Amino acid sequence: MNGADTAFVLISAFLVMLMTPGLAFFYGGMVRVKSALNMLMMSFISLGVLSVLWVLYGYSLAFGPDTGGFIGNLDFAGFKGITDGSLTEKGGIPVLAFALFQMMFAILTPALMSGALADRVKFGAWTVFIALWATLVYFPVAHWVWAEGGWLFDLGVIDFAGGTAVHINAGIGALAAVLVVGKRIGFKKDPMRPHSLPLVVLGAALLWFGWFGFNAGSALAADGTSALMAMNTQLATGAAVLGWLVYERIRHGAFTTLGAASGAVAGLVAITPSGANVNAMGALAIGLVAGLVCSWAVSLKFKLGFDDSLDVVGVHLVGGVIGTLMVGFLAVDGDAGLAQFGKQATGAFSVMGYSFAVSWIIAKLIHVTVGMRASEDEETSGLDRAYHAETAYDFSAVGGSHSGAGVGALASGTGTGSGRGAASQADSSSAASSSVRDDAAKSGPLTEKKVDA
Amino acid sequence: MKLITAVIKPHQLEDVKEALRAFGVQGLTVTESSGYGRQRGHTEVYRGAEYTVDLVPKVRIEVLAEDEDAEELLEVVVKAARTGKIGDGKAWTVPVETAVRVRTGERGPDAL
Repeated sequence: MNGADTAFVLISAFLVMLMTPGLAFFYGGMVRVKSALNMLMMSFISLGVLSVLWVLYGYSLAFGPDTGGFIGNLDFAGFKGITDGSLTEKGGIPVLAFALFQMMFAILTPALMSGALADRVKFGAWTVFIALWATLVYFPVAHWVWAEGGWLFDLGVIDFAGGTAVHINAGIGALAAVLVVGKRIGFKKDPMRPHSLPLVVLGAALLWFGWFGFNAGSALAADGTSALMAMNTQLATGAAVLGWLVYERIRHGAFTTLGAASGAVAGLVAITPSGANVNAMGALAIGLVAGLVCSWAVSLKFKLGFDDSLDVVGVHLVGGVIGTLMVGFLAVDGDAGLAQFGKQATGAFSVMGYSFAVSWIIAKLIHVTVGMRASEDEETSGLDRAYHAETAYDFSAVGGSHSGAGVGALASGTGTGSGRGAASQADSSSAASSSVRDDAAKSGPLTEKKVDA
Repeated sequence: MKLITAVIKPHQLEDVKEALRAFGVQGLTVTESSGYGRQRGHTEVYRGAEYTVDLVPKVRIEVLAEDEDAEELLEVVVKAARTGKIGDGKAWTVPVETAVRVRTGERGPDAL
């Protein structure tokens, strides 16, 4: 066993774990106040569901012995026969370290789709959706791309850290689900401004940081490849931030914070499949193109009329396709050319076709049985109260759970100008603020009792 | 008696409070509010989607004054709140029938 490689892969696994809560904040800040917790939970639940599925059969289906190039088998179900002494085939690291690292990918990928369905999906139905989606879409596709015997692996498709298996897969799956579930009430009519851009930036920063584990860790060794991948990750992401902002400045007249955060994610997505096979200039080119094209692509939903709430298609699908296709020509190890480009396109489009079809069927199945969509009342008054019996923030000055503090904050706010944001936020979401009051009125006596005790 | 109400820019509040204090006003009421005048707010852009934010944050100040002071006080408020830029707000007076100090029950000018 190689101790250095093992340590690196374990630490990478921990970094990738951080991406899921990072994603939760990235998405959570982009939705309105009334459903902020639901957005966080749609990502967070994946940590629960996929951790369990992974050990039961996910790891085995993705990385177990090959069945027809399409999927693994159940030899390793329940981690049967895997002990702390089991080493991977090449012998460098424990199987458990590899399985833990890959588990984090399996957790993140379904969570990526949640942004497309923000604000309108039943939480229970979502949980069932990601369990089925992981089983029928993610585990097979991960096998195609990464496992010995997987048909795209054998074809020679370059997907170092998951441009096809993770980002194209989640992006197109999200599009299919959106087409089944439909638009948010008020799409293109009501203002749906992000409620907290600082949270979005925090989430993007956590994603960026965790992505080093995602990308460099995929080398499964602490070596030159992982160093190259880490460097290219940083270069492409920086270039993508600039690309997005340049497009925005020309097209919309401002360098927006949301644009910078989104550009970073677009660059991270695009370099994921390609970063180990390009040089520094190639990484910059991929990042720049991803930033420019993705910032254009996010406006497509308004033109085409589908409501991908937080642009999972525009960022993950488009970014993933850019990275996957560009590496066909930019690869530096002698593979570059039309032949490799053809392989890359085969990988991208076969995953798109399979994932779209199966994702659509799963979503439709849930939609016509238990129902995928929240009721109109739940959606308009916010999913936080409906499914989580909570609200994200207490803006209420009158009758809130901290009414004394609330009035104090309001008073000092008028003097100093601070607190203005919170107050206007409450104004802009009157449904949310009135619901806070209702809750507080109901739970008032209970709160007092707790304080007395 | 008159009620002087002014809807002003939030960061002019300190200046107005100072001016009122210098004038000898004992108390005032401040409320957070929002609205728009002729300039109609501003535009924000999120991933290319433009939103018009036409309800701009404002502060609403209310002061009770005796009839003979009202006009001068209105001027004091207006002068302190003015920046000369768009969105400075509005101020006005309305007649008040009576006012009562809640603690003592005093009425009229004594209640101020």
